[in-house]
Amino acid sequence: MINTRRNETTHRRFVSYIDKSREYYRALGYRTAYRWARFDEVPFTALRKPLCEAAVTLITTAMLPSNENQGVAAPRTVCSIPAHDPPAQLSTHGLYWDRQATHTDDLDSYFPVHRLQEFAGEARIGRVAARLHCVPTEYSRRSTTDRDAPEVLRRCVEDGTDAAILVPL
Amino acid sequence: MVLGSARDIVEECGVPRLVFTDFPLGNPSGKPYDAAMQKRIVAMGLDLLESARAPRTTVQTPFVWSEDQAWRDNFMRVDFPNRPDAEA
Repeated sequence: MINTRRNETTHRRFVSYIDKSREYYRALGYRTAYRWARFDEVPFTALRKPLCEAAVTLITTAMLPSNENQGVAAPRTVCSIPAHDPPAQLSTHGLYWDRQATHTDDLDSYFPVHRLQEFAGEARIGRVAARLHCVPTEYSRRSTTDRDAPEVLRRCVEDGTDAAILVPL
Repeated sequence: MVLGSARDIVEECGVPRLVFTDFPLGNPSGKPYDAAMQKRIVAMGLDLLESARAPRTTVQTPFVWSEDQAWRDNFMRVDFPNRPDAEA
C-alpha cells in the first residue's frame, strides 16, 4: 500500500509505476516482468547558445488522430506537426495514463505548445522550432533507439533545433 | 529535457534533465485548462535547460493534484481475489 495521507513517511510519496505494473501483470498471469529501459551512461549536453536565441521543439508519445470514420489506424511511425498550426487534439488512445483520475481533453496539459509559443512571444526562447514531433510507444526498445530516435534527431537537425522538451504521457 | 510524472520510470532509464510533477499519469505539463500552472511547469523546464550541469538532474514542481490522494492507490489496482498471493 502506498500512503494516502501526506504526512505519513512510511513510504516514498511518489508512485512507483515499475512496481505497480509488475504487480498488475503478475496478477493477470504474466510470469516474466517487463524490463524497463535502463542506461548506466546518460548523455548530457549543455546549451550551445543562450536560450533566448534557441529554437525549442516538443516531442510527445501522443500521436496524430487517426481517421476513425474510415477505420484507419494511426501510423506507428514518427510524425511531425507544423508548429505554427498545431491540431486541437492529439490521440492518447492506447497509452498508459490514468483515465480514472484525469483526462487529456486539454492539449497543453500534455503537449504545451501554446505555452511554448507564449515564451517565444516573450523572448524567453528564440523561437519554437518549425516542427514538433510524435514518437510511437513501442515495446521493442530497438524500434525506438534504432529507428525512431534517429529519425527525430534527423528532423531536429534539419530544422536547426537547439533543444527539445520531451513530454511522455 | 523531460517533463514527466512517472518519476521512477524516467530515472530508471536515466535522462539528462527531468522536471517531475507528482500528478496522475496524463498531464505531465499541468492540470487541464490551468494555463498558469502549465506555464510555470514549462518555465521550470526552461530554467533547468540553462542551469543543469550534469545528467540525471531532477527538479520537482510544487504542485499537488488534490487533497484526496486516493489516485495513487487506485491506478492499476490489483484487487483481491486477483492478487498474486491469492493463487495458493
